[in-house]
Amino acid sequence: MKSNELDISLKIVDRKGNVHIVDAPTDMGLNLMDIVRMYDLAPDGTIGVCGGMAMCASCQCYILSPHKLLDKSDEEEAMLSDVIEVKRNSRLACQIQINSDLEGLAIELAPAESD
Amino acid sequence: MIKTDILIIGAGPTALFAVFEAGLLKLNCHLIDVLAQPGGQCSEIYPKKPIYDIPAHPEILAGELTEKLLEQSKQFSPGFTLGERAETISRQDDGKFIVTTNKGTKHLAPVVAIAGGLGCFEPRKPNIKNIERLEDKGVAYIIKDPEVYRNKRVVIAGGGDSALDWTIFLSKIAKKVTLIHRRNEFRGALDSVQKVQELKNSGKIDIITPAEVTSIEGNNFLKSVTYTTRDGEQQSLLTEALIPLFGLTPKLGPIANWGLEIERNAIKVNNALDYQTNIPGVFAIGDINTYPGKLKLILCGFHEATIMCHAAYKIVNPGKRYVLKYTTVTGVDGFDGTRKEATKNVVKSIQ
Repeated sequence: MKSNELDISLKIVDRKGNVHIVDAPTDMGLNLMDIVRMYDLAPDGTIGVCGGMAMCASCQCYILSPHKLLDKSDEEEAMLSDVIEVKRNSRLACQIQINSDLEGLAIELAPAESD
Repeated sequence: MIKTDILIIGAGPTALFAVFEAGLLKLNCHLIDVLAQPGGQCSEIYPKKPIYDIPAHPEILAGELTEKLLEQSKQFSPGFTLGERAETISRQDDGKFIVTTNKGTKHLAPVVAIAGGLGCFEPRKPNIKNIERLEDKGVAYIIKDPEVYRNKRVVIAGGGDSALDWTIFLSKIAKKVTLIHRRNEFRGALDSVQKVQELKNSGKIDIITPAEVTSIEGNNFLKSVTYTTRDGEQQSLLTEALIPLFGLTPKLGPIANWGLEIERNAIKVNNALDYQTNIPGVFAIGDINTYPGKLKLILCGFHEATIMCHAAYKIVNPGKRYVLKYTTVTGVDGFDGTRKEATKNVVKSIQ
């Protein structure tokens, strides 16, 4: 049951493999990385290190559902070409804005770089 | 041995502002930073990004903020140990700390303030089996002495500025340079991209894209690398050197072994008092610390730096009292002999 009609539901698999179904508000200007931090699904210092500027890869995630997302910006593309553990479905969570089209989106957090 | 009052680990905005606040209290500072220039993330990661939440600066570029902080602290003549990483800490019988860097530089101070931000920026290492075994035996993430590569076969992996720049540079001295990148596109300054294109066209270098180095071979020394193309095809390449250049990633680094109480990759401090850690005399300020309600903002780092300096004053000058003074009233006396003060009013009759 969603607490707010402007919320969407997301499925997030954390780095330990635990599955979390969380509500994400679409009206607060948040991105996917913000949601992961909001629900504390990855320890501080291992996610959103650069603050969401696509300048680190600490929020790399794999998109598990067939949602059509906006194309990657050059910055995101470039950062993903540098990082390890990158897959075809890799994205930087900080570059994905939460909106109603993402209802039911499923993602998995990529391993932390410091591991 | 470098001696100072407050030894600051880090040289980002919080550290630089601490120099100013310490200076007002007549305390000297010396800063250690693993990066080659001061400014921390602001200069290293996003110098051209505007920041909008610095009080009294509606908009300021991160690089500009660093310059202004350096200008503000300059009068207090801070010392810098740059390009070195604070490695170990020990305490003398008199209570003072000795901090030694990875290059063996020793620093002595009664107060240590860790303003390490996200930690040390270290090269991002590719996920290749046994790569650690061949580090410094052909595999290097940082080029310290290009001469090492003279007349050698070199493989550079990566697609950013440093991969391009080093490809250009080493093409002049190495026997062969091969650049391997996951994508066909490279990102960097236009002239670097064009120069690499010219080198490729004239056959001076090889470029293999889209491909990735997936394994390395060699016993005591690197002998060859194997790369995998996007179609899954594997090829081996004889080489004496592999230089993976995949940018930098922050790590807490050796500080993690200093006996400090660490929580969620940050150092726990007493925020009710003075941002001291569980080791008396060692403080942590800015993004590297944590306490209930912590906000990782530059402006919060400035506040923490100020509180820390006043606590440090009591350690450096035991038993001495300090009364807070305002710069508007006292002006600022630099350690370099400069003095800043308001122009004085005169009392004079006007005929």
